[in-house]
Amino acid sequence: MAKILQAKYMAKCIGCYSCMLACARTVRHSFSLQKSAIQIHTAGGLQSRFLADICRGCLEPACARACNSGALLPRKGGGVRFIPAKCLGCRDCVEACVVKTIRFDDTSNKPIICIQCGSCTRYCPHQVITMEERENGY
Amino acid sequence: MATKRIIRVLDINLSEEKVATHHREDLAPFIGGIGVASKLFAELVDAQKDPLDPEQPIILANGPLSTIFPVVTKTVAVFRSPLTGEWGESYAGMRLALAMRMSGFQAIVIRGRAKKPVYLSISDHGVRFKDATALWGLSVSETGSILRGLEQGRGHRSCIRIGPAGEKCVSFANVNVDTYRHFGRLGLGALFGAKNLKAVVIYGEKDEPIENLAQYNRVYKDIYDKAVTTDIMDKYHGIGTAINVNGLNNLNGLPTKNLQQSSFEQAEAISGEAFAEQSLIRKMACAGCPVGCIHIGLYRREFGPGFDYESKNLSYDHELIFALGSFLGMSSQEKIYALIDAVEELGLDAISAGVLLGWVTEAFEKGILTEEQLGVKPTFDQTEPYLEILQQLVQQPNEFYRVLALGSYAAAQRYGGHDFAMTLAKNEMAGYHTGYANILGQAVGARHSHLDNAGYSVDQKLKDKSAEEKVQALVKEEKWRNVLNCLTICLFAREIYQVETVLSALDAIGIKSNEAELNGLGEEIFKIKHNTRLRLGYDFNQLAVPKRFFETVSVTGNLNPATWQEMLEYYKSIIRE
Repeated sequence: MAKILQAKYMAKCIGCYSCMLACARTVRHSFSLQKSAIQIHTAGGLQSRFLADICRGCLEPACARACNSGALLPRKGGGVRFIPAKCLGCRDCVEACVVKTIRFDDTSNKPIICIQCGSCTRYCPHQVITMEERENGY
Repeated sequence: MATKRIIRVLDINLSEEKVATHHREDLAPFIGGIGVASKLFAELVDAQKDPLDPEQPIILANGPLSTIFPVVTKTVAVFRSPLTGEWGESYAGMRLALAMRMSGFQAIVIRGRAKKPVYLSISDHGVRFKDATALWGLSVSETGSILRGLEQGRGHRSCIRIGPAGEKCVSFANVNVDTYRHFGRLGLGALFGAKNLKAVVIYGEKDEPIENLAQYNRVYKDIYDKAVTTDIMDKYHGIGTAINVNGLNNLNGLPTKNLQQSSFEQAEAISGEAFAEQSLIRKMACAGCPVGCIHIGLYRREFGPGFDYESKNLSYDHELIFALGSFLGMSSQEKIYALIDAVEELGLDAISAGVLLGWVTEAFEKGILTEEQLGVKPTFDQTEPYLEILQQLVQQPNEFYRVLALGSYAAAQRYGGHDFAMTLAKNEMAGYHTGYANILGQAVGARHSHLDNAGYSVDQKLKDKSAEEKVQALVKEEKWRNVLNCLTICLFAREIYQVETVLSALDAIGIKSNEAELNGLGEEIFKIKHNTRLRLGYDFNQLAVPKRFFETVSVTGNLNPATWQEMLEYYKSIIRE
């Protein structure tokens, strides 16, 4: 079973944004946190806890179902593969995402898709986010 | 130094509600941060006008490495200090450097005075001047809560704001940055207040493609690994700077009860270890720092009978525990939290507030100040009178409290007690009593801060060296810190960002330099700062060190004024060269 991104330990998050930087750097070749597919923010100001907007690696991804240009393909074990060359920028995936974590990048006219590569987890100093197999396969 | 970079300066005029963008290629050799801010400030400050005159500029600047390399988290503010009348320089972390980077500006200049209270909303799409009349008078935390609902960019924006102290132009009012960090020291908050500027919210979504991915990744990972997997940053991530409390106390270096003592009988109860064990609830980080040095403690307070409690999360570190703790004889964490809560909500610099209260207490004990003036009887280890005094010096109901709001030096000028008003060049002392280099370092440093040149460290590391060698070390350190502050790294990471690492990081983003150029830059900024502060009224010959420094044993033993004077003369001779 493929591993997928998990954010089970957010209480330990210090809000350093190293994960976002890693995603933007590795996947999008950008310094900008806006290019990251993982977004860390607070629940209500810095006195509250941190939350992570992450791709949940759906086994039957709604974003892929909504994509009619073949740019998003279900990935074995959960989540999607993204083929930018096929993407026309229709934003249907953004609308379809059940957990509303797909954002759209106006510069490239393409969605910012998590490809479940795990780069973000390798730069989390507290192992707050991890790549783990789904419990019971779900 | 490569000059292809162009520094984008956002110039905001509050009086006319106009903005302009200046593209300054000539500033590129100054890298960013303090280099750029020093140049802009030297251009714009008016030496003939009061620090709070509307024309005086506030300069904010970050650097080219901001956020995109680990622990490069600071934004610098440069301004004319209402506390000292001369060079004002302060650094803050949290989200501000990130938000500025995403907004696409490397420096922001704020001038003029709004006709009514405003807050600024800055983004890569422009600047909005927004009505803040409903926010005027509100505490720091309430202001933050309201702005959070008004502005976009949750998680990546920065919200800097003042409390009532800034509005009332208290000379040591600070600017709160994203709840847990501050532009502290030297009164930037008063400039905000004088400009009718309650807050600035910055947010941006600017894209920045990486040009040399392989090289950048390699350098990033090297620095990240040093920060996370080695023990270089352990002190800051573990117990935090509060670990100094026990250490200094054991060495006779912890200023206690207005420096009548340099060790504290209650130090154990308020040590970093005790805070960590009893009230620490989480640690946080500035954007782009995997270390997480910000220690948040739980302050639980009973506000009524019948088990009615409130609780607050407050940030603590060594300087707070010193200034609002040992310096005021506070015997418990709860008492220190009560004072931290007050200075946070009012928007006061914690060090200056604590050191001023120390002077007030001793002046009251000696009969220089009376209960009639103060309205309360200040006593070491009693929070209630201090909380009342802090409220009053912000409200300034009479001439006495208006003078107190000008800081310890001005208050002692007016009422006496100079010998124990613990200031150095008009700025309240930091939390160390280590020896001559600490005193000299703060007196002659550009902003009269222990962070200018780390005199406290020179005292301990060069204990057996000559006075000349210590002075040389101070100057060398201050010049190198100028370079690090152009990069706006957090100085906690100074052991990571040694010359080779700095050059590698700059090279990875296309800025070529070498060691000689960097040292030259540090030297040049040193001169700019020194010449500007002379223009603003700083005078070596006016330096007077409170006698108390020579009456209380330090880490390096008993000190005498003659040796201090000898070191000062040597420093002056170096500067003249």
